[in-house]
Amino acid sequence: MSRLSLSLSLLVILGGAALLAVLNLAAPPSSAFHVSTYVVSLAGKYLCFAILALALDLVWGFAGILSLGHAAFFALGGYAMGMYLMRQIGTRGVYGNAVLPDFMVFLNWQELPWYWMGFDNPGFAILMALAVPGVLALVFGWLAFRSRVSGVYLSIITQALTYALLLAFFRNDMGFGGNNGLTDFKDIVGLDLHLDSTRSGLLLLTAAVLALQLMVARFLVTSRFGKVLIAVRDTESRTRFLGYRPERYKLFVFVLSAVMCGIGGALYVPQIGIINPSEFSPANSIEAVIWVAVGGRGTLIGAILGAILVNFGKTIFTGILPELWLFALGALFILVTLLLPNGVLGLFARRKPEKSQ
Amino acid sequence: MKRPHSDTLLYLNGVSVSFDGFKALNSLSLIVEKGEMRAVIGPNGAGKTTMMDVITGKTRPDQGDVVFGTDTDLTKLDEPAIAALGIGRKFQKPTVFEPHSVWDNLLLALAGDRRPRFTLWARETSEEQDKIEEILTTIRLKDLRQHRAGDLSHGQKQWLEIGMLLAQEPLLLLVDEPVAGMTDAETAQTADLLREINRTKSVVVVEHDMDFVRALGVKVTVLHEGSVLSEGSIDHVSADPKVVEVYLGR
Repeated sequence: MSRLSLSLSLLVILGGAALLAVLNLAAPPSSAFHVSTYVVSLAGKYLCFAILALALDLVWGFAGILSLGHAAFFALGGYAMGMYLMRQIGTRGVYGNAVLPDFMVFLNWQELPWYWMGFDNPGFAILMALAVPGVLALVFGWLAFRSRVSGVYLSIITQALTYALLLAFFRNDMGFGGNNGLTDFKDIVGLDLHLDSTRSGLLLLTAAVLALQLMVARFLVTSRFGKVLIAVRDTESRTRFLGYRPERYKLFVFVLSAVMCGIGGALYVPQIGIINPSEFSPANSIEAVIWVAVGGRGTLIGAILGAILVNFGKTIFTGILPELWLFALGALFILVTLLLPNGVLGLFARRKPEKSQ
Repeated sequence: MKRPHSDTLLYLNGVSVSFDGFKALNSLSLIVEKGEMRAVIGPNGAGKTTMMDVITGKTRPDQGDVVFGTDTDLTKLDEPAIAALGIGRKFQKPTVFEPHSVWDNLLLALAGDRRPRFTLWARETSEEQDKIEEILTTIRLKDLRQHRAGDLSHGQKQWLEIGMLLAQEPLLLLVDEPVAGMTDAETAQTADLLREINRTKSVVVVEHDMDFVRALGVKVTVLHEGSVLSEGSIDHVSADPKVVEVYLGR
């Protein structure tokens, strides 16, 4: 990815989000240029998915780790944010309990579980949205990479990881709202979540985070670290005989990727208004892989493009023929694999090595 | 354990490895002196590649001693640790980092800090660039520095891999079939290259090509069924009736 295409992508992401926000807030609803709040939230959702895709491309495209459970890190970040938003409801809940969220009152719980402590503080919630996915990825990755689990076996255990979390979060006594998850949020850092300005603000924040993550990811893959990572992806054993420890490189990038997903999830929940266990569903993680494949694996920008394109397609398609969406998605994956092995971006790429000097 | 002599660089004593009952190495003993170049030959399945695997930490021997220098027990170390000690390996099939340029392949192989926290911030220094230029000259790929390694010809890939070995600045190079698939001219150039390398480093070459081994003009070890069958000059071993029988008798 050249400096030019990076700058261009940053401009499109930030400029596009700013334009939507301005047209939503400044143009009167009667104007032809007015953008509805629905569209603003939709764009925010796409950008959150783009964060997930970017993080996935970093591990899959550059380290060869095909994670089929990456949405789990996204959902964990989402739950951390959801817990903060639940605490913000306070006495405005159905049961009017100042401390306990509605579902806990409903379950006859008398006090807040210890792991809900501190989530009334937004700083702590954000920290947890980073730390919980990060620590899980650290433990999981340390065990897997140290034992040299790779390829399809690694994919299967990542799938098992997200499925296990799905089942766990479904249970009422886990204390995360069970099947219904966390919802009915009122405000975030004192701002009403239903206000147009809050929605636009969240969109801008998401765009800024995505832009920052894209810069970090690009720095990483163009550094010498990134060159080692690509070497590990293609010929892992060779790097060992050169004295590199591939497991350390994989672990670093896996944890970073999980943290990136956690931030994406934390931004997703206030814009969508709900987080429930279905976010852990294995299908979500597989969909994210398709976004990356469609856009172009190992290109960073392609992952972002793929996430936005496929989700835009999903919005349109599920509006017209909702029951056929999964078939369309499957067909898309097959067609892209057969006809566009380098994704949409591959159509434009010149087949030349990147100059190192 | 018998202590190796101080001039000994690599010491294998009674090394055995078996896979599912098949004895790949059967009480193999081998000594390589400092500064020596040794050719290892033998029919398919003689244990040549397994021997390399044992020395580089890929395979753990069932029994026997593998000692580097005077007292480093290689059986206790893994691949990156052994590479860091100064043992470099070239594979039978040329294995270079295909998406990277020739230059970057050498850059990644250069001796230095291998930890992520270093490579993350590392910038090319002028010493590194000088070193890479020097190696490019040695391996005759100066004009192809920005070429994608995957686009090189087979022979060029073999040389690039030898260049990567040099960049590692090893004390001992293990070279597995360096001239397989090369033209006669390339084979002759490779023999020159290895002799040049041998001026400063110890080399173990595994090879099938007898003309090439003859051209190297070094001490030869013949492996058969996982142990040493014969050892000496090329003329000595090719006159050895045991060797003749193994090579021609079936």
